[in-house]
Amino acid sequence: MKKNALWEASLFELIRRTSVDLPADVEQSLRRACKTEKKDSRARWVLDTILENVQKAREKDAPLCQDTGSLIFYFQVPLGFDTNFLVAATRMAVARATRLGYLRQNTIDSLTGESCETNVAHGAPTFYFEQCARTTVDVRLIMKGGGCENVGRQYSLPSEVLGAGRDLDGVRRCILDAIVSAQGNGCAPGILGVCIGGDRATGYECSKAQFLRKIDDRSSVKVLGRLEDRILKESKQLAIGPMGFGGNTALLGVKIGALSRLPASFFVTVSYMCWAFRRRGVLLSARGGFKKWH
Amino acid sequence: MALTGPRKLNYPFTAEQISPLRAGQFVLISGTLFTARDRIHKHLFDGGKSPIDLKNGIIYHCGPVVIRKDNQWLVRAAGPTTSIREEPYLPRIIKEHGIRAFIGKGSMGKVTEKACVAGGCVYLHAVGGAAQVLADKVVGVKEVYFGTEFGPAEAMWVLEVKDFPAIVAIDSRGRSLTKTVQAASRSMWRKLVADDPFVA
Repeated sequence: MKKNALWEASLFELIRRTSVDLPADVEQSLRRACKTEKKDSRARWVLDTILENVQKAREKDAPLCQDTGSLIFYFQVPLGFDTNFLVAATRMAVARATRLGYLRQNTIDSLTGESCETNVAHGAPTFYFEQCARTTVDVRLIMKGGGCENVGRQYSLPSEVLGAGRDLDGVRRCILDAIVSAQGNGCAPGILGVCIGGDRATGYECSKAQFLRKIDDRSSVKVLGRLEDRILKESKQLAIGPMGFGGNTALLGVKIGALSRLPASFFVTVSYMCWAFRRRGVLLSARGGFKKWH
Repeated sequence: MALTGPRKLNYPFTAEQISPLRAGQFVLISGTLFTARDRIHKHLFDGGKSPIDLKNGIIYHCGPVVIRKDNQWLVRAAGPTTSIREEPYLPRIIKEHGIRAFIGKGSMGKVTEKACVAGGCVYLHAVGGAAQVLADKVVGVKEVYFGTEFGPAEAMWVLEVKDFPAIVAIDSRGRSLTKTVQAASRSMWRKLVADDPFVA
């Protein structure tokens, strides 16, 4: 196989799998949530429908959700690796996945309103590269739909309206406000990615990078781990429930990271990921050959 | 919280079928649905013609993934999209086209509640993201309009469905299910932030 054909095939397989196959940790978390909702409740019905959908998508080899979202690629490559080549190969794979219906034609020219046939356009997909002392290429893909993207929020502390000061309780107030503001609109039960600090751009980047974490992990920073647990617990008390129909399960997970900030700025940035949490990672050889799934 | 029903709805969706529905009820819809999202709503709102009579019909806020296979349209994924974006357009469209219901997802505002009362219309909430469960309820694609102009996700697909499941989120009296949940959650937020602050 030619060099680019092998890369394209591997990256295409990553996209296909991400689109049709919900990660096992997310599915398990949905199953656990289902047991906490009353029989014959709307919450239970929504979760049952979601679990049925997860099963069907896998069986039918079809997208979990028709909004196949923004594609965000995170690459870790060996030192000196040709990343331009990777961009080209990924774009080919995205176009192919679109042709075959694993991705919807989901990219709109913001000026003309025209729909792009391949999902390869200015700013789409998104790439992050990191060069590391390694011999393999690690690729992670997150597909994030528009419904959940639209309920993301960024706060600037202090906030008089929320009574939120420049401390971790102020952060907590913001995050809880983001949950109440989102209701079920981001396709609850969702997962929150939060960044404390950073600037307006890096805050969102860092909040989204939290989605690379497993659903049941806990921040290695002790105080953030405690805050994650606390917010997840409190989200149940808000009784928003799946789809905002009421119930215990507004969220499946809360993931919080932190960046340093300027003395004058204190941002709290909250990204919301819907239950159709499409996240996959694959390890490839430096030639693009498949090694293993994460 | 209990799930009541299901109530079966069949096309054409007459006032007799729609007006007894109450917020929170579970419905199963059979018959014709017209997909429409941002572009079609703006088109109709701006006075553009509908290519097909929408009277007593249900608009489905959905941009499906559809592929052409063996000379036929095949719906690969068809869940609801967020409905609030269409709120500014809905009152006129409900009134001028005699829409009986719309299916979508997410909470809606006062404008929609009023439009539902005025038009004897209801808002039906499908399970967001359940693209495969819902695609399986599509038994046929009858027609597609505006496919070239607006692109496949924004086109008007005329879908034939069987037992398509949804919850009544706003009834024709203007009562809203999600609004009740929202109000309760905001009170709880106040309670939660009032005591026991988080300390590092």
